[in-house]
Amino acid sequence: MQALFGQLLIGLINGSFYALLSLGLAVIFGLLRVINFAHGAQYMLGAFVAYLLLQYLGIGYWAALVVAPLVVGLFGAVIERTMLSRLYNLDPLYGLLFTFGLALTIEGTFRYLYGASGQPYAAPPLLAGGTNLGFMFLPNYRGWVVVVSLLACLGTWLLIEKTKLGSYLRAATENPVLVQAFGVNVPLLLTFTYALGAGLAAFAGVLAAPVYQVSPLMGTNLIIVVFAVVVVGGMGSIMGAILTGYMLGIAEGLTKVFYPEASNIVIFVIMAIVLLLRPAGLFGRDA
Amino acid sequence: MKPMLQVKNLNTWYGESHVLHGVDMTVGEGETVTILGRNGVGKTTTLRTIVGILRERKGQILFDGRDMMTVPLHRTAHAGIGFVPEERGIFATLTVEENLMLPPVVARGGMSLDEIYELFPNLLERRTSPGTKLSGGEQQMLAMARILRTGVKMLLLDEPTEGLAPVIVQRIGEVLKKLKERGMTVLLVEQNFRFASKIADRFYLMDHGQMVADFPVAELPNQMPMLHKVLGV
Repeated sequence: MQALFGQLLIGLINGSFYALLSLGLAVIFGLLRVINFAHGAQYMLGAFVAYLLLQYLGIGYWAALVVAPLVVGLFGAVIERTMLSRLYNLDPLYGLLFTFGLALTIEGTFRYLYGASGQPYAAPPLLAGGTNLGFMFLPNYRGWVVVVSLLACLGTWLLIEKTKLGSYLRAATENPVLVQAFGVNVPLLLTFTYALGAGLAAFAGVLAAPVYQVSPLMGTNLIIVVFAVVVVGGMGSIMGAILTGYMLGIAEGLTKVFYPEASNIVIFVIMAIVLLLRPAGLFGRDA
Repeated sequence: MKPMLQVKNLNTWYGESHVLHGVDMTVGEGETVTILGRNGVGKTTTLRTIVGILRERKGQILFDGRDMMTVPLHRTAHAGIGFVPEERGIFATLTVEENLMLPPVVARGGMSLDEIYELFPNLLERRTSPGTKLSGGEQQMLAMARILRTGVKMLLLDEPTEGLAPVIVQRIGEVLKKLKERGMTVLLVEQNFRFASKIADRFYLMDHGQMVADFPVAELPNQMPMLHKVLGV
């Protein structure tokens, strides 16, 4: 019983990261039609910015939770404006190749500077220790990760579904030329969207820093699974990306309890089945 | 009459193919002008070039005295030009009211939401439905209504009556007359000849990417033999 809840919690934690990352990927893909292979690198950058802020400026976790997404978001905005935006009129393959190259460059640079091994990053003192829930022991920081990532997903969903800015985003996803003819600065909207996706990835990176270690390859390991999540959920579906992230995280955790050998591949097995039965994904609209 | 839109020697290309061959036209302030012509002669292309969606273009477009050739697409509406495309462009992932509120208000003098709902009561009833769940006629109303909110000075309408029932066509005609009373300048592409003859002040006849004739509505009876020949109606 303890093992079951323990693995459920790990599944929920992993699911939180899957959800945050696949949400950003889905938002970027929806509007820019770019498969952002640099998403894992942006997640890693978030963790590294938090680590470097602490190392060199003594700026702690709480400030990093705000500063790192802003820094990485700004970095994303510069990349989009100066490079990625030049590729929109070309075959989508170019965007994929460009972001893939970008990921290799960023990760290579950090591996050169900091080595492949992880750097420790301590959870803030406020969230140290744990709580005994009776049926299981919950480390406070992990509880916080689950709650705050749920809130971040919900906030992003509300931003897209319920605000004026979100209506521009949704409309531009359907017909960017017409939205621009209505007087909306769509190129700026694209920059904002890429920055938002990168910022969300960085936010997940800061959350992940105390759970995993801060390492240049932390994103590479995760991003493959996240792509599977996006494929299962359906490209471009916001709520689909969020729900699928949590579902697959939990599925992975449960598999660890009942058949540990399969836990590494269960997500990909689910992906294969979904692709066979519903090629557009669980929440995707048929093209 | 003060000219609102002046187009001179306008040429447009789709890649290699040259579609507009020196279009010349003028639309006066408050005037309703209809472009007639067979399918594929460049009517829709003319509208899309004026709006700035098609940018492989040469020539002159003056709107309200301002050179529009260098204005980026997202500033066209701010200059005062509103566009209702042929396919209507209603967004499926937006509710009716979100569709209505989507185009930014660019100047004062547009209709308020209350006025719009008064003019189009169907839209009020359906305001929380997804935009594309409306009927074709309602979608056309919505496509026009959302531009009326913005306060633009001129409306470019591409075949607003296409595929709609006669009673809806009549309704659209009433709306256009109301707009005219408010001083709106309208440039209309229309295949429905009877409809156009009821609301237009003046006609342009287009053929092979050029304007080949220009006459006021009063001369319509005299022009009929020529129109029959060119339009094949």
